[in-house]
Amino acid sequence: MSAHLEDYRKIVGTQVIDELLLLADRVRHLRLQHINSTSVGGGVAEILTRMVPLLRDLGIDTTWDVIKGNQAFFAVTKAFHNALHGGEETITEEMFDVFRATTEMNLGELDNCGDVVVVHDPQPAGLIAKKPETGGRWLWRCHIDVSTPAPSVWGFLRDYVGQYDASIFSMPDFAQQLTIPQYMVPPSIDPLADKNRELPDDEVRAVVARHGLDPDRPILTQISRFDRLKDPLGVIRAYRMVRRRQDCQLLLAGGGATDDPEGAEVLREVREAAGNDPDIHVLELPPFSDLDINALVRGSTIVMQKSIKEGFGLTVTEALWKRKPVIGGAVGGIRLQLLNGLTGFLVHSPEGAANRAIELLGDPELCSALGSAGHKYVKDNFLTTRHIRDYLLLMLATGHDGTDLSLLTGGTA
Amino acid sequence: MTNQKSFIFDTELRLVALTGIKVRSLQELRDELPRIPGSSIFFHTHQEYLAHDFQRSAHFNDFARWVSQALREEALAEKLAAIDLLAFTTIRELRDAIIATVDEYLNDLGRPSYECRPEEAFHFCRSRSFVLPTGIVADDVDDFFRQVASISNASLYFHFFEARLRLGRRTSDFSRWLNDRGRPDLAAAIDALNPYHRTLDELRCDIVQLGTNTGTPA
Repeated sequence: MSAHLEDYRKIVGTQVIDELLLLADRVRHLRLQHINSTSVGGGVAEILTRMVPLLRDLGIDTTWDVIKGNQAFFAVTKAFHNALHGGEETITEEMFDVFRATTEMNLGELDNCGDVVVVHDPQPAGLIAKKPETGGRWLWRCHIDVSTPAPSVWGFLRDYVGQYDASIFSMPDFAQQLTIPQYMVPPSIDPLADKNRELPDDEVRAVVARHGLDPDRPILTQISRFDRLKDPLGVIRAYRMVRRRQDCQLLLAGGGATDDPEGAEVLREVREAAGNDPDIHVLELPPFSDLDINALVRGSTIVMQKSIKEGFGLTVTEALWKRKPVIGGAVGGIRLQLLNGLTGFLVHSPEGAANRAIELLGDPELCSALGSAGHKYVKDNFLTTRHIRDYLLLMLATGHDGTDLSLLTGGTA
Repeated sequence: MTNQKSFIFDTELRLVALTGIKVRSLQELRDELPRIPGSSIFFHTHQEYLAHDFQRSAHFNDFARWVSQALREEALAEKLAAIDLLAFTTIRELRDAIIATVDEYLNDLGRPSYECRPEEAFHFCRSRSFVLPTGIVADDVDDFFRQVASISNASLYFHFFEARLRLGRRTSDFSRWLNDRGRPDLAAAIDALNPYHRTLDELRCDIVQLGTNTGTPA
């Protein structure tokens, strides 16, 4: 169920909503169009599903279009995605041809364009060829880390990206040197989504118990897919060090690994490392488990995200929003979110994670202080409302070419 | 935002822009400091106050934090953190002070500066600011203190932090208006507050308290 803008007023405060309305007044004459490659599944679709209705609530004429592509195209863009992330992929000239052909097909079907067009990620990037015909301001919104890409794929993509009016990255570390203006717009979580909304304590306890954990004993939790880069074995090592000093349970929960050969292998390693310890709970959660994930995090004493490599790390954002003390690997976007000692703890090893967990388990006041600060930090910086504000500002910014501290007054000052 | 009679509260909304410039050592930082836009200097010395306004800053600016966390040059981090932002009314002066501090440290270092890991590089950003009227207006001094209690932190930040560098004077929009309204005592009291050692929430309380202390109901 979609939430409405007014539903957020009681969460983020009336000033935030009023500022959005003020800002919307300045850009309501512009039509905003989002274009991506899928309407369901994946973080981009998740964000747009929540955001587009809210933009419409603000009176912004917003459309969301999804490009078409066959299996071969999406196999190519998956390989591009891995190569842009720095992975080793064999990229052939035929693959570029498939990309170009699908782009041509979609260009033929794209007619009405917005005044501001936001194209998400590499798959639809070639649609920029439409700009000379339709005009408007075109923004390329890159959700992935392209800081160390395979040169062949980035070279191919850069020719498209360079034609946009501006690009948008989630954090500076993910960006590339470009000749067009670059903006930073971090991702966000929706406080009213099933994964994040408030839950009654009895419901939380019931879900925790249903999954075999004791809600009356401390729980360390890591929610993430079974991937070596999330270091689940390091989390088990940390838990074992903690158990020498403190009673606790460990919960490792992630999405199903059945269609991911590497995920299945990692899950097997995790189960093997867990052995027959009855206090280690390894859960393979089915799709659409958002409410369970919400309850499991809320029922946890400490949340870990001990990644070795990470994108932005929205699981950290989600835990901070639930006022949980978080211990995270000092990588990627986790470093932006965990202000060490203020909103959480950054660690570099299982030993570091264990030390911090022991400290937190023995100090409920510290848990509470970190949890409160983390919640406030997310409220101010990483909620849907801030994300919408940034898009409205981008609409405003693309209409002006000011540089240093360009102050655009409303005319009444 | 001020006129003879009423105080019009504006708010500032910011979009963060990437400059594409990044550095990994103290020497690289020194080389870029004179070249980066003034708005980047402003951003990295002020963004913390808005980004986590619930907590007093440990390092007071991004340069000090990076030098401490990525380069482990704690002595320099302390010196950068100690730069008194209230002492400057232009970005140029502030930039010069940062450069002088880094120069002095590099001269005394007696060894090459460390290079941090690639993932710990310092990325220069800057902000594009958009100023909008909030629709909140204070008609007199009493009303002013009542309204300050309810404005957003972004509005408080704009009138207090940014005004000083915008006006090129050691004062805020609030002080200027109170002075014009015949309350130099309150203007001076507000000027005496050090915003860089308070959170925005604390600063707001301090200002409201000043109104209460002088018999102006808040």
